[in-house]
Amino acid sequence: MAGKTIRTIPQERTPMPVQDCHARGMNFAEVALGYDEDAARREAERCLLCPDPACVKACPVSIDIPGFIERISRGDFRGSYDALADANLLPAICGRVCPQEVQCEEVCPVGETLEPVAIGRLERWIGDHAIEQGWSTVPYIEPRRYRVGIVGSGPAGMACAADMAKAGCDVTIFEALHRPGGVLRYGIPEFRLPDEVIDAEYANLERLGVRIACNTLVGRLFTLEEMVGKLGFDGVFVATGAGSPRFAGIPGDSLNGVLSANELLTRCNLMRAREFPEYDTPLPLGRRVAVVGAGNTAMDAMRVSLRMGVEEVSCVYRRTRHESPARREELEHAEEEGIAFHWLTAPVEILDDGKGNVRGMRCTRMELGEPDRSGRRSPVPIPGSEFEFPADIVVYAIGTNPNPVLGQTSNLKLDKRGYIEVDEHLATSIAGIYAGGDIVTGAATVILAMGAGRKAARSMKAYFGVRDTETVYELGDQSATRFGIPVFEKNHTRVLAY
Amino acid sequence: MGREDFSETTYMLEISDPMMAHVARAGQFVIVVLHERGERVPLTIADFDRERGTITLVIQAVGKTTRQMQQECRVGTRLFGMAGPLGKPASIGGVRKVICVGGGLGVAPVFPQVRAFKNAGAYVIGVIGFRNKDLVFWEEKFRRYCDEMIICSDDGSVGIKGLVTKGLEMSMDKHADTDRVVAIGPPIMMRACTETTRPRKIETIVSLNPIMVDGTGMCGGCRVRIGDDVRMACVDGPEFDAHTVDFDDLMSRVGRFKEQERQALERWTNNGCNLRTDCNRQSS
Ligand SMILES: Cc1cc2nc3c(=O)[nH]c(=O)nc-3n(C[C@H](O)[C@H](O)[C@H](O)COP(=O)(O)OP(=O)(O)OC[C@H]3O[C@@H](n4cnc5c(N)ncnc54)[C@H](O)[C@@H]3O)c2cc1C
Ligand SMILES: Cc1cc2nc3c(=O)[nH]c(=O)nc-3n(C[C@H](O)[C@H](O)[C@H](O)COP(=O)(O)OP(=O)(O)OC[C@H]3O[C@@H](n4cnc5c(N)ncnc54)[C@H](O)[C@@H]3O)c2cc1C
Ligand code: SF4
Ligand code: SF4
Ligand code: FES
Repeated sequence: MAGKTIRTIPQERTPMPVQDCHARGMNFAEVALGYDEDAARREAERCLLCPDPACVKACPVSIDIPGFIERISRGDFRGSYDALADANLLPAICGRVCPQEVQCEEVCPVGETLEPVAIGRLERWIGDHAIEQGWSTVPYIEPRRYRVGIVGSGPAGMACAADMAKAGCDVTIFEALHRPGGVLRYGIPEFRLPDEVIDAEYANLERLGVRIACNTLVGRLFTLEEMVGKLGFDGVFVATGAGSPRFAGIPGDSLNGVLSANELLTRCNLMRAREFPEYDTPLPLGRRVAVVGAGNTAMDAMRVSLRMGVEEVSCVYRRTRHESPARREELEHAEEEGIAFHWLTAPVEILDDGKGNVRGMRCTRMELGEPDRSGRRSPVPIPGSEFEFPADIVVYAIGTNPNPVLGQTSNLKLDKRGYIEVDEHLATSIAGIYAGGDIVTGAATVILAMGAGRKAARSMKAYFGVRDTETVYELGDQSATRFGIPVFEKNHTRVLAY
Repeated sequence: MGREDFSETTYMLEISDPMMAHVARAGQFVIVVLHERGERVPLTIADFDRERGTITLVIQAVGKTTRQMQQECRVGTRLFGMAGPLGKPASIGGVRKVICVGGGLGVAPVFPQVRAFKNAGAYVIGVIGFRNKDLVFWEEKFRRYCDEMIICSDDGSVGIKGLVTKGLEMSMDKHADTDRVVAIGPPIMMRACTETTRPRKIETIVSLNPIMVDGTGMCGGCRVRIGDDVRMACVDGPEFDAHTVDFDDLMSRVGRFKEQERQALERWTNNGCNLRTDCNRQSS
């Protein structure tokens, strides 16, 4: 491997096989099919194994990227998985949904002249391979007497639960909905993240001894204060997500046919409206759907609509393609699937058909003006450019507000916008209660939420004064020997350093 | 699970859930998922018994899910899931004289409020309305906690003849010092009550029932217009100040899945048995 240079590595990025874009518009099967072993090894060859890798610093959970890639090219897949799983509990999920192009892959030096190493795709391949092989890194856990309660079963809650369970605590996750996963389950559709992948990653949690109590809305069934009080939890981590959808606040918002992307996606993904009437929850979408917004949520809403049989799906966004916050791959897929994009366009009114249903939208054209506080050029309407736009359904995907339930039912200190206030250790204003993920930062990403979960776990461990038990991995190769003695499971140990 | 049938279409389920029974308060609701493929159906907590650890739901079979529940929920069966208590509890304190109005199906949900007001020391007037004598239920229960009670029926077969608004008018005439009215029932009835109390400027509370999905404030499906604001009934309600509620908006939104509901019901009626076997697997 020494002496690999940009010239000697495979020049072409190994392409990701995808379902044909005409066929996939009709089904909910996964769009990106994933690498096979050959493709993965070929792509792994492209990594320069930088001694001071920029990619690791750009990954919010600091995965040892050259480490796991190098093991792929050596064919040590189990070792590669262990290296990944040390930092990331959910490689099969993050490999699929991380916005790699602005994180690890953005800074990869290979990308300066060629396409960067496809880190996300490799991560996904290892994650999938581990699921296929039934691998999981279940360490030997020494039980301790601490009890931890986690509120919300999204990526932040899961990551914290796993770390606390590995530290020997008795962990219970409380989830308001009837199935765990948070946005991964109800938001991100199956053609991007199949349910089986989520289930497999959850099964790993259960193997660590984590219990998941669904149908439990914390705040109403019991409050946060009661959790650290009479219910006897030594520590609580709040990861309830951002949740509450925003509406534009323009005339016509409450017409029938105006809904939030969250409602559309929940009906389709969690409640399986796409199999209505086999499943009981309906989701009528009509012939023309217009989605307002151009982030990941908007892409998902559009592509779900398409698969539900809608003829014309369009996207209305007040900035340009360049400013769209969606993952590049999803935007490209959406374009391929035939969604009509109207950039620099904003709705000003939703039109009534006279019976309380949507007939269309009145929109105005925009142009980009001065940069705003976030550094993006802010859109300003062009006077006199209004036009009408027919639609049967209007879907808002324009961001979320914090979920109000815990604010209403506890004395947690919130910031001005209603998000939970935390210090640099993610501790809230109540002793023993930590918070992280979207409910602290506002809508962000899966991997940032997981990073927050792990950080809170570190703080909680420090608060309890517990250290991790030694992580003991099974050796894949049962015939290995050390000092001439055969080594079987449980004698290959190493301590995770924090 | 316990059960009692009040009429052809109205039935009561008593569900054992000690934790929920322990914390449930008047004005709150639950979301029930009957089976794995089921809808999430919001239902008001019509009663709770902290000692026995049960909560009571009174349900009217109007569509597919509520009819399926009527058919399948027997003593001893289990629900696939039930989340709650959801929504803000009713505010009970600081009221000296209150009129609690329940129309049709709203009779059951208003009961815990009647009891709570009484226990808080208020003078409670109950006004409950049914279509006819055969549909009357829980009369005794109400009498136990009401200082005065008026039953109204459409055909006059029991109590006074007329709508609950008539009973409400009568009570307000008699008790000019009423400081609150609580009205629960179908939107059209709640609107009528709201218009009845508006000229008298008596504080009026209604419990809204828009279509819900998650019940946790996440989907925005249950949004209602309250004055100039948009609120989520599941987390900001379900009770609101009636004089600020936009009922037209509510009534139009409740009908938004009519066609699909009809389809689901039709399909279920046609091959009801298939679904039944499916379901029995879930019950124990
Ligand atoms: C449609 C969509 C697509 C997205 N696509 C991507 C993507 O491609 N890549 C990416 O990186 N990010 C994406 N995101 C963002 C990402 O999903 C979120 O940032 C991430 O899921 C946040 O995780 P979390 O754990 O903080 O909260 P969530 O995932 O929101 O989970 C919170 C959980 O808590 C539960 N809960 C809430 N209140 C309570 C309570 N009181 N009691 C009990 N449980 C409660 C909720 O039901 C929910 O299950 C997407 C988001 C959406 C909506
Ligand atoms: C806060 C709240 C409390 C309620 N309390 C009770 C109660 O105590 N007893 C009772 O019998 N009913 C109650 N309802 C109404 C009950 O939820 C609906 O009757 C039930 O969902 C109908 O389901 P279905 O499949 O049988 O009928 P469908 O054929 O699906 O619908 C029949 C009617 O029910 C309404 N509805 C349908 N789906 C929903 C939904 N997900 N959420 C709300 N309404 C819906 C629609 O307006 C429709 O016209 C309550 C509703 C809310 C929002
Ligand atoms: S978790 Fe995300 S940022 Fe980190 S290596 Fe994987 S794809 Fe890149
Ligand atoms: S920066 Fe790119 S080339 Fe360097 S180690 Fe990371 S993935 Fe490999
Ligand atoms: S039911 Fe979804 S926000 Fe209220």
